[in-house]
Amino acid sequence: MNDQTTVMNKNYQKILERFPHDVQVDEREGYSGLLIEANQLLSIMETLRDEYEYDFLTSVTGVDYLPDEKMEVVYHLFKSTGGSILEVKVQVPRSNPVVPSLVGLYPGASFQEREAWDLLGIRFEGHPNLTRILMWEGFAGHPLRKDWIETFFEGDVKPYEDRWPEGKVSKVETTNPYGKNITYPDGFNPETWIPDSEDLLFQGSTVVKVEQEETGIETEQLVVNLGPQHPSTHGVFRMVATLEGETVLDLEPVMGYLHRNHEKIGERNTFSMNMPYTDRLDYFCSMSNNFGYALTVEKLLGEKYQPPERAQYIRVIMAELTRILNHFMAIGFFLNDLGAYFTPALYAIKERELILDIFEAVAGSRMMCNYYRFGGVVRDLPGGIEEQIRKLVYDRLPRQTDEMDRYLVENEIVIGRSQDVGILTPEQAIAFSAVGPVLRASGVPYDIRRADPYSIYDRFDFDVAVRYHGDVYDRFLIRFDEIRQSIRILQQAIDDLPEGEILANKPAYKFRIPKGESYGRVEGPKGELGYYVVSDGTDNPWRYHVRAPSFINLTGLREMCLGEKVADLVAILGSIDIVLGEVDR
Amino acid sequence: MKGFGILKGLGVTLKHLVDTYVEDIKAGRDRYYTEDGVRQRMTSDTKGIFTINYPEERLPLAEAFRYVPFLVYDEGEDGERSIRCTACGICSKVCPSQCIWIERAEDPETSKPLKTPAEFAIDIDLCMNCGFCAEYCPFDAIKMDHDFELAVYDRIDVNIHRKERLLKPASYYASIRPESYALEQKAKAEVAARKAARRGNR
Amino acid sequence: MPNELNKPEYNIPPGMEGTVAITTLDRIYNWGRRYSVWPMFFGLACCAIEMIATAGARFDMARFGMEIMRPSPRQCDLMIVSGTVTKKMLPQVVRLYNQMPEPKYVLSMGACASGGGPFKRGYNVVAGIDKYIPVDVYVPGCPPTPQALLFGLMKIQEKIDNQSIKHVSWYQDQQDEGIPVPVLGPDLIDLRDFPKLMEKEQDKEVQA
Repeated sequence: MNDQTTVMNKNYQKILERFPHDVQVDEREGYSGLLIEANQLLSIMETLRDEYEYDFLTSVTGVDYLPDEKMEVVYHLFKSTGGSILEVKVQVPRSNPVVPSLVGLYPGASFQEREAWDLLGIRFEGHPNLTRILMWEGFAGHPLRKDWIETFFEGDVKPYEDRWPEGKVSKVETTNPYGKNITYPDGFNPETWIPDSEDLLFQGSTVVKVEQEETGIETEQLVVNLGPQHPSTHGVFRMVATLEGETVLDLEPVMGYLHRNHEKIGERNTFSMNMPYTDRLDYFCSMSNNFGYALTVEKLLGEKYQPPERAQYIRVIMAELTRILNHFMAIGFFLNDLGAYFTPALYAIKERELILDIFEAVAGSRMMCNYYRFGGVVRDLPGGIEEQIRKLVYDRLPRQTDEMDRYLVENEIVIGRSQDVGILTPEQAIAFSAVGPVLRASGVPYDIRRADPYSIYDRFDFDVAVRYHGDVYDRFLIRFDEIRQSIRILQQAIDDLPEGEILANKPAYKFRIPKGESYGRVEGPKGELGYYVVSDGTDNPWRYHVRAPSFINLTGLREMCLGEKVADLVAILGSIDIVLGEVDR
Repeated sequence: MKGFGILKGLGVTLKHLVDTYVEDIKAGRDRYYTEDGVRQRMTSDTKGIFTINYPEERLPLAEAFRYVPFLVYDEGEDGERSIRCTACGICSKVCPSQCIWIERAEDPETSKPLKTPAEFAIDIDLCMNCGFCAEYCPFDAIKMDHDFELAVYDRIDVNIHRKERLLKPASYYASIRPESYALEQKAKAEVAARKAARRGNR
Repeated sequence: MPNELNKPEYNIPPGMEGTVAITTLDRIYNWGRRYSVWPMFFGLACCAIEMIATAGARFDMARFGMEIMRPSPRQCDLMIVSGTVTKKMLPQVVRLYNQMPEPKYVLSMGACASGGGPFKRGYNVVAGIDKYIPVDVYVPGCPPTPQALLFGLMKIQEKIDNQSIKHVSWYQDQQDEGIPVPVLGPDLIDLRDFPKLMEKEQDKEVQA
């Protein structure tokens, strides 16, 4: 720890010397990083990117410090060659929160800045399209602000007072005049109210006539709407594509159809209550989600809560099984998107079921495992499960991976549909903050398990899977590579699994979480899954933010799709492998 | 050669098809509608048909499996029920979706709180099956059920499970979670033995 | 006892029970419908994954004649509302429901769809799809396991069995006009709440 801090301080020192007036070290209790004046943000960030190699902006988010009347924008920077974090923060007055937009420097900030505008009302000056992203245009208020109250408000924090000892069961709907989750702002008159124009996109396809400059021929541009109910969008995602003939001229991803307010609910929850909610972020990979959140809070809790050896191994085993499960499903659904109606997906589901049997026996639920706890895992592996896992990772999974490989990889239709389609160059991938298989398929060997090892990943012998074309086919192939590497890790982990305790502390539901902030990240199956948690010393997090890999990977979607044919849209989206629970949160 | 990849893929599907019949012939009648057959189809060497024919066959549930919570009561010898719950309120405090309402009973004369719930309600339209209530209950009074056949035509009142519906005997708990039940009984016996020993020392 | 099974609710003269065409027709009609319920390929959230698992090899909805999941509402009989319905998504859900041809059934899968579930207090969550479209069967659970969903689907089949061709709404003269699609304003606007909204507005004016 100390070594790292000194290295970091050296870094800070250089920057501090360079900008003596505009940069300060964040010296609040439990915080780290740099505080920057808003008007100098752009030039300092440019220096950081170009001279200090902090070229990878993973996360942008805001925090509402209501008692201080301040809004803070937090940037988490990394180097794409690996290494630890640099946090940069900008504080602006809460009454007029304006921050220069970083989209010009880091295009990957685009969606995240829109999200911060949508939910916190921080305006990013210079953003090319600062509109709401998760809620709809015209929604009243910025819901993540601390003084914004939702309709079914029952108390600032859980547990609610009326549950015990005089708990009279009632439905919270009864407190609302409409019996629904609805409130209107004062002075709202439905008769004079004008709907927002975004609705026009629903009305059907729009035709724009364009005269071609060279030939003088008049052509038509067509706006086509895919989703939110569309079999290929993997849930409730919507793409508005402008086509000329079959060529995609423009593409606007629209999301928020599954925005379940994880962050608002998370700030009302206690720290431990958030664990089962993380299951529902990326609902394929609940174990990985648990892992990330547990690591983040353990960072705040300190050394005492470091999980014992056996728990560390179990954690890794579960996380890697999740990765295999996720990649099998990603391959299956991707083939669905290409038109191989359901057979590959059925084979994938079969393997998934066998892994889910293990999850059910270990954690109690097939999908929503809720298995990790701060300082370990909730219960030990039941009898016989070790043997079952061993059989899977030594026999079944390698065999089935090879079979899937035989079945799909050389298929000429798959190759024809996906090779040289939707190319993302390494420079673009880094600029768009792409993570996980999408980044690695573009030739950037960045895997957090290697670049910034967490838990016990530094003990295992495995390769970081990389492919170099950055097209859809490579993003498809890299999932096979990653399954094979995960199997390698699992074989080592199950062989070395020690006996011992599984929890560092006594089981507890209340924790004394020290004041401070913490950004924890894991290499989830879809990429860097980060949690940013701010604790104010109470039982509930002051801020709970999820840096969702699927969401940020979509930033590059438009770039990948431009100039491709409309049928490729579906393949490109499938190759990114998104889960809407995580995109919209 | 063009088309070879597709042929290879078709070979894989064909193998799956043939496997089904080969397995059927190999296993004979025992393959379907028997417990061994179901278990075999759940192992990692399973081949051919993978289907569990619910409702005739059922997937054996793992002991840890959790669905909605229920309350455990111990049966006395003459059939009277003693509810384990002491209305301490921990489950309602840890519940992430706050779906548990507990009304603590009061002594009708002194109006002092009693260690038993007068009413206990769980809104299963809120419950997220996370199992925190069972995990943190210090009295082993609330447990997660294995019964998943809960589909109903109307939810408003039906899906609020009140005390009467939630209560299930300890024998039922022992039948769905034999291992945890045995562990708990053992721990309880130890505590009782220790108490008895201490009393003896005095 | 066919008349007990099918309850035709006709005044059938004594001695004629079981020979009247309508009971037999009901049975054939319902038998045909119960084994060809096509669900919509319509996933909302986590529960959708369990719905797909139900369609997968292990649980295999095809055994119930439900193997064909269609993404287009025009070809579906059953809408499985599989997951959290958000306010932003609700207009589309209602529109999909309106586009389904009769006879149509709705199965609300999971706690979220039934009553908001763990996300009920979220500002963008519809606490119960039954406030907007009629629901036939609720399957509790978060998420319901595939077997629990199959049990719910069997409940739908049971419901179909108990319907009589004489009373079913889709052969009545008065046809349902569909449900008004909610609009996204400063918050979700259900057009059926309009009178109530106006009333409140007038109250305020009176007070002022």
